[in-house]
Amino acid sequence: MSQAVGINFKKSSIDAFIAGLMALVLFGPIVGVVLDGYGFNAEFGRVAWIVAIVAVGRFVMSSFMQTEKGIALAFRYANNDDGVTVLPPGHKSKMVWIIPLVVVIGLVLPFVASKYVLTVIILGLIYVLLGLGLNIVVGLAGLLDLGFVGFYAIGAYGLALGYENLGLGFWSMLPIAAIMAAVAGAILGFPVLRMHGDYLAIVTLGFGEIIRLILTNWASFTHGPNGVSAPLPTFFGLEFKRRSSEGTFHEFFNLPYDSAYKYMFIYLVLFAVVWAVLFIKHRLVKMPIGRAWEALREDEIACRSLGLNHVLVKLSAFMIGASTGGLAGVFFATYQGFVNPSSFTFFESALILAIVVLGGMGSTLGVVIAAFCLTVLPEMLREFAEYRVLMFGILMVVMMIWKPRGIVRVTRTGFSPKKGVAK
Amino acid sequence: MTTLMQFKDVDVHYGPIQALKKVSLTVDEGEIVTLIGANGAGKSTLLMSIFGQPRISSGEIIYRGEDISQKSAHYVASHGLAQSPEGRRIFPGMTVEENLLMGTIPIGMDHAEEDMQRMFELFPRLLERRNQRASTMSGGEQQMLAIARALMSRPKLLLLDEPSLGLAPIIVKQIFQILEDVASTGMTIFLVEQNANHALKLANRGYVMVNGEIRLTGTGAELLVNPEVRDAYLGGH
Repeated sequence: MSQAVGINFKKSSIDAFIAGLMALVLFGPIVGVVLDGYGFNAEFGRVAWIVAIVAVGRFVMSSFMQTEKGIALAFRYANNDDGVTVLPPGHKSKMVWIIPLVVVIGLVLPFVASKYVLTVIILGLIYVLLGLGLNIVVGLAGLLDLGFVGFYAIGAYGLALGYENLGLGFWSMLPIAAIMAAVAGAILGFPVLRMHGDYLAIVTLGFGEIIRLILTNWASFTHGPNGVSAPLPTFFGLEFKRRSSEGTFHEFFNLPYDSAYKYMFIYLVLFAVVWAVLFIKHRLVKMPIGRAWEALREDEIACRSLGLNHVLVKLSAFMIGASTGGLAGVFFATYQGFVNPSSFTFFESALILAIVVLGGMGSTLGVVIAAFCLTVLPEMLREFAEYRVLMFGILMVVMMIWKPRGIVRVTRTGFSPKKGVAK
Repeated sequence: MTTLMQFKDVDVHYGPIQALKKVSLTVDEGEIVTLIGANGAGKSTLLMSIFGQPRISSGEIIYRGEDISQKSAHYVASHGLAQSPEGRRIFPGMTVEENLLMGTIPIGMDHAEEDMQRMFELFPRLLERRNQRASTMSGGEQQMLAIARALMSRPKLLLLDEPSLGLAPIIVKQIFQILEDVASTGMTIFLVEQNANHALKLANRGYVMVNGEIRLTGTGAELLVNPEVRDAYLGGH
């Protein structure tokens, strides 16, 4: 390909013209026609600007892609797409020091960050949990689940309704919600055992909507769209409220009342739970069940011919993924102090799925990074809030072109029974 | 010689279509038995029906004195039957070692290390590529991996579905050489093939399947010279 270095400006011009034409068609009606009362004004100037920018941009890009550097770049990305990278067994990453570093930063953070930053990071961590849960179902086991928000809702409503009806607090509901979500995962898992791909996606999508509709319409139990308030966690029986008959945190420690304490506490518990989930997931992947999930994703027929119990494998993936979603729901409810069905729409499921896909299917690190990108960045760019979905779309398109395997390519250490087989 | 596996008047239906019609055959311990037939004759159906996919609609599949026709796939796999499925179906994103370990699932990991060692002796090519992803290997190597993976569950009876599929003639020769080596360790092999020439040369006995029925049976040598078989499967000359 090295002889084709000369830039063909004619080709670039044609590219630019086509891109400009498409921009005109797209933006003409949207940007060029501005409603004004009952009439409208035509604003051709703005359209002209956009079209010009698109055309020039396309021209520059087209020319660049014909230079030696551009060709090399395109070649690199074209060859980027070959699945999992496997490192030899026993490989030790040089980046191990980063884990204690992150833990230390994470532990110091609540004491230095402002309350606002802390709440944003809590939200980010909740989505990390959701992403990790869905990552087991979609990324590892390859079962496309579009109704993951259902388990999230079960966890959140579990806390709120458990407190209201049974007087169960945060700490008792944390494991119970995980179990409830896992049971819901199994209930969903059974009928869909025989389904694959698109069919599975539609059924799970329906499941998520069913949960939301029950929460909306079963008003006598869930209070419908009005929502339910959820309790705060307690610190060994001490509450984080201003006043309480049970004893409050700030009185016990002789501190002035500050509403940030509760967020600090939620943050620290959540931080610990995220690490626990990361650890468990790390272990599971190395166990036979983890490899069975991956085998199921790679080739279901082969799994059957190997006599893999696919009922067990699929159900375990659904259940473990769902229970993680349930945990995230409990944290969400306690952090908001209030839940209502509008938090659990399909858009949430899509967002969680986007986290998994953008992060790189099956990649833990990628999921963590993507969860923060998709939840924390929109908060920080509040001024651009209206463009959030637009940005989201652009990000998706760009990612699919240049990083089709996600932010972090799945790299895993190869597995061998013990050291020293053969040789 | 004792009978290891026996099909007794087995019928299989896909909805209204009958894929197997009153099929009866036996595989004795230590034998190499082959089933040859054209595309769509029902060979793969017969093999998969041992694993209950599809379930047979009537008849019996007796394995070591027990009717396994209604058992689950993992029950069958953990009782000494292993199969190398049609089209190899190795796990492309896993390394050779990981693929082999998947084969131990029916019996657990107790013998994994020692068995893997044995596979590397049988298939030296796999040793060279042990930490390589399976998708990066050639078709022949992938087929070796599929056979090795099946052997990892320490089967009494090895079921092979078209190991020659899509391979160059020279590689097919190699694969059949390996099968001969495997058989010489005392392994019972049931081989489903379209490549009648190779299969019949290797096998002690053979069955010829046409449209879901067993049309002919005999020793490998007999079938190889049988005019009907020659016309249909060996190119006539």
